[in-house]
Amino acid sequence: MTWSRCPLPLSHLLHRLPLPHLRHLSPLLPASLLALAGAVSAAPLKTDLANSSVAITFKQMNVPVEAKFKKFSAGIDYDAGKPELARASVDIDTASLDLGEAEMNKEVAKKDWFNSAQYPKASFVSSSIKPAGAGKLNVAGKLSIKGKSADVSFPLLVKLEAGKHVFEGALPIRRLAFNIGEGEWKDTGMVADDVIIKFRVSAAP
Amino acid sequence: MQRYTRFAILLHWLIAVLIIGAFAMGLVMTDIPGITPTKLKYYSWHKWAGVTILALAALRLLWRLANRAPPYPAAMPRWQQSSARSLHCLLYVLMFAVPLSGYLYTLSAGVPVVYFGVFKLPLLIDANAELKPVLKALHYWLNMGLAGAVGLHVVAALKHAFIDRDGIMQRMLPTSSIQGNP
Repeated sequence: MTWSRCPLPLSHLLHRLPLPHLRHLSPLLPASLLALAGAVSAAPLKTDLANSSVAITFKQMNVPVEAKFKKFSAGIDYDAGKPELARASVDIDTASLDLGEAEMNKEVAKKDWFNSAQYPKASFVSSSIKPAGAGKLNVAGKLSIKGKSADVSFPLLVKLEAGKHVFEGALPIRRLAFNIGEGEWKDTGMVADDVIIKFRVSAAP
Repeated sequence: MQRYTRFAILLHWLIAVLIIGAFAMGLVMTDIPGITPTKLKYYSWHKWAGVTILALAALRLLWRLANRAPPYPAAMPRWQQSSARSLHCLLYVLMFAVPLSGYLYTLSAGVPVVYFGVFKLPLLIDANAELKPVLKALHYWLNMGLAGAVGLHVVAALKHAFIDRDGIMQRMLPTSSIQGNP
């Protein structure tokens, strides 16, 4: 681990400590402080929402449909030098899905679909992020929609664009696993069970 | 009196049934409040019917370009002959314009047509929020125009069959069982 990249004074201190001293001191260093040093050493990024998007694609009677969530927030801690310490969380306003037709937007916020009145947010929180080759991360975490949670994992692409980190990925899910589309909407011949969540988050260090 | 060929008669009635069905379905589906599976189903069927009409209209135009329509009786007044020709011409234009405007309307809304849920038809234009209301209005008014033209067409045919009794309508009937007095 290269402490020199860590912005905290604590790491500078540790870095400069001669090894015998460190060994001597280490039993005295509170475990919580060490944990803190590890936890905060990934850098929180500033999300650029204008250049970020969360969209879903699915099929309705075999017709491909793409719709974007107009309101969401994303928090990413990421340091290219220490990708394994990265963390990510995304909150999505379920009532903000734009299907291109006011009537449809109203429909998907209803009880049978997102039930936005009771479950206004869908969320993803990462549990582990592991480097998987150049520009790639494997992300695992918890996806919660409409009061149902599921462990999911997906590959994430990372690149630098104009000084910003851009994270891109796609996560296939089954809508019925989250009770999205109840009653007469359970029919997957009308709206397919398979839904792909596509996202792009642009964030500045 | 000379009748249309069996192929032309078949196309005429097939298109007639499809146009009436798609038109009625268009009125019914847009009247269903909110979004329901039935409504979405009707929208898909309506689009499939429209695409079928467009294809059959193309076939029909080819037939019409390759064949002559049976001549009108010499006794038929000139103004009636030219009005009939104009109305038929308008019906041909609308047979193309109505489904095409609907096709472009759904594309402007970002919803491609997947014919019978199997064949994805070409995206002639991209989704376009500004064009969408224009094409919606265009599709609606072209349909009202078509309804008017079909109404005139039916009234004229019935007049020929039951008032003039000149055999004009019998040229397009599947059987010549309804006899006129040519």
